[in-house]
Amino acid sequence: MRVQLFGTCMIDSFYPEVGEATVQLLEHFGVEVVFPKGQTCCGQPAFNAGYREEARGAARHFLSVFTGDDPIVTPSGSCAAMVKHHYPELFRDDPRLAEKAARAAARVFEISQFLVGTLRAQERSFIGKGRITYHSSCHLTRMLGVREEPLLLIAALKGAEFVPMPDATRCCGFGGVFMAKLPEISCALAEEKADSVIATGADTVTGGDSACLMTIADALKRRGSTVKAKHLVQLLAEGL
Amino acid sequence: MSEEQGSLHFRANSVASIADESLRAALRNAADTFGTRRTLAFGSVPDLEALREKASAIRMEVLDNLPGYVDTFAANAARQGATVHRASDAQSACDIVGSILTGHGITMAAKGKSMVSEEIGLNHHLQRLGIEVVETDLGEYIIQLEGETPSHIIVPAIHKNRKQVGKLFSERLGVPYTEDPQVLTKTARKVMREKFLAAKAGISGANFAIADTGSLVLFTNEGNGRMVTSLPPLHVAVLSIEKILPKLTDLPTFIRLLPRSATGQAITSYVSLITGTRKAGEATGAKELHIVLVDNGRSSIVKGECREMLKCIRCGACMNVCPVYRTVGGHAYGWTYPGPMGMVLTTLLTGMENSYPLVDASTLCGACVDVCPVRIPLVELIVKLREERVRDGLSDRRERIGMRLFGAAAAQPALFGWGEKLSRLLWPVIKKVGGEKVAGRLPEPAARPFHRRMP
Ligand code: SF4
Repeated sequence: MRVQLFGTCMIDSFYPEVGEATVQLLEHFGVEVVFPKGQTCCGQPAFNAGYREEARGAARHFLSVFTGDDPIVTPSGSCAAMVKHHYPELFRDDPRLAEKAARAAARVFEISQFLVGTLRAQERSFIGKGRITYHSSCHLTRMLGVREEPLLLIAALKGAEFVPMPDATRCCGFGGVFMAKLPEISCALAEEKADSVIATGADTVTGGDSACLMTIADALKRRGSTVKAKHLVQLLAEGL
Repeated sequence: MSEEQGSLHFRANSVASIADESLRAALRNAADTFGTRRTLAFGSVPDLEALREKASAIRMEVLDNLPGYVDTFAANAARQGATVHRASDAQSACDIVGSILTGHGITMAAKGKSMVSEEIGLNHHLQRLGIEVVETDLGEYIIQLEGETPSHIIVPAIHKNRKQVGKLFSERLGVPYTEDPQVLTKTARKVMREKFLAAKAGISGANFAIADTGSLVLFTNEGNGRMVTSLPPLHVAVLSIEKILPKLTDLPTFIRLLPRSATGQAITSYVSLITGTRKAGEATGAKELHIVLVDNGRSSIVKGECREMLKCIRCGACMNVCPVYRTVGGHAYGWTYPGPMGMVLTTLLTGMENSYPLVDASTLCGACVDVCPVRIPLVELIVKLREERVRDGLSDRRERIGMRLFGAAAAQPALFGWGEKLSRLLWPVIKKVGGEKVAGRLPEPAARPFHRRMP
């Protein structure tokens, strides 16, 4: 089986190790990973901020880079949701691109969705350790509807203990441009989230979106906490 | 209007709220309680999704034929003895209510909770005419004593703790200080009872108006709604035109949804249906009923892209779950309606130029969409309004430049790569300019980006 990997701009610049862990995992399951050249960003920052034209530009580029029929896999719930839900809408009035967008929407998967749904990775065991808590990212959970998959994968980390977080689905305060436009509220929300993480007594907080984990990691640091924030694919790759 | 100005200062307002520890504690507490109760209350509703779908469809049906339903309601209410008035905007609504009351020589009116009367600034207007207006909803009464505006559409005094209420009562009403909610409620009840008996007019809002019977529907917990609408001989109901339900048989759907969404109750203590004036042989009911149907922008909203906002039944569930609302509280939004529904409705009602910072007040987390009983796609509407702001040229200049650059780069991989390289080089400067709260929260960019690590 072959997949196209969408690395996302966030991971490209800040968390290449998350991209690498994704490749490692997929290859471990015998999947051939193709990294389409020239990929940039899905356009979500512009779309969410109301810059529709700029978002369309990014989306058009995405559609020209990700061609063919292989599944598109990405370690980001919000980017997968962008392709799945907003691309078809962005090109509603453009028959040629609308068709391409619909095809991309149908073959895009968030990594945990792909690991569980297609590769049945939850049936294997991974070496886990420590106490792990999970932040349920808004777009992954609500927009993409991926709720169970990450939990199944955490359960496959044998040896690790899962400790649920109070209000796991409450937003971490990132929100893309929100973080820059209303930094005080964003910080307050991140701190509240960090407090929830600390309250679990976990040593690692995981999730499916690097942007949220970034926000949480920073708030934890400000709280003087030693709890680590790691993308779920990193935990799984470490436990292979 | 000075209140309108407030929505332009959302960030400054929110900074002040965040600094207020007791406010944040009160908010978090109350919002969490209502949120939890809501979840529990829906546990006993077997097919919630079907119910929401049905409610949404009923509300859409009204919006699709709004002028027709307004006419039907008006005709049926008039047949039941009500005098129906139509107000195109806030000023005309205030003038209508004012002239009804002055025409009857009213100097004091007992008022039940009504968000639209907050929207149109009715209390101020009546006070200017020399009419004393006493709020009879406990929460509304508390903030009236304090000289404030509601900070939540269901729980107007959500931002106050009982210590603050105790202090307020002892100062304003001259009663001994206590924080016992029961004693405080009793005190308020005593004060209000006198007002009810003395008032020659009652002013109310309405949760719904039923087109096929001409009835008004009121959900209340304190019984004050019943007193206001049936004790005084004159009753003036002020409601916005989109509050209509087509048929009386549509009401049960909303009886199941509204209280559960709002306070987590299976039903409120009182659900009153008021159909026309007191008939011969009836012991209660106003002798004269005036219904003021307020448009104030609805007719044009219903034709626009964000028309679904008018499905709102004002349950407040979206604010209780909104991370932003529960951090900053209702006053930060600067106008009558706060939270997710407020940021959309305020923008629609007051105009983008008077409210544009409000559309930033969401992380787009979607918690509001999850709970909205009539399935308003709030996140979608917020994005639409952000698009409108960009189109109107009201978006922040730096953001606009940034997004243009981003758009160009996202479509050209070479440029994107250069942008990444450049920001890595300039990182120390970016960090400084971006400040502690923005760039300072981002990690260092990786020395080798992911795309250069891939074959
Ligand atoms: S938008 Fe929905 S959840 Fe919010 S107040 Fe209106 S009906 Fe209730």
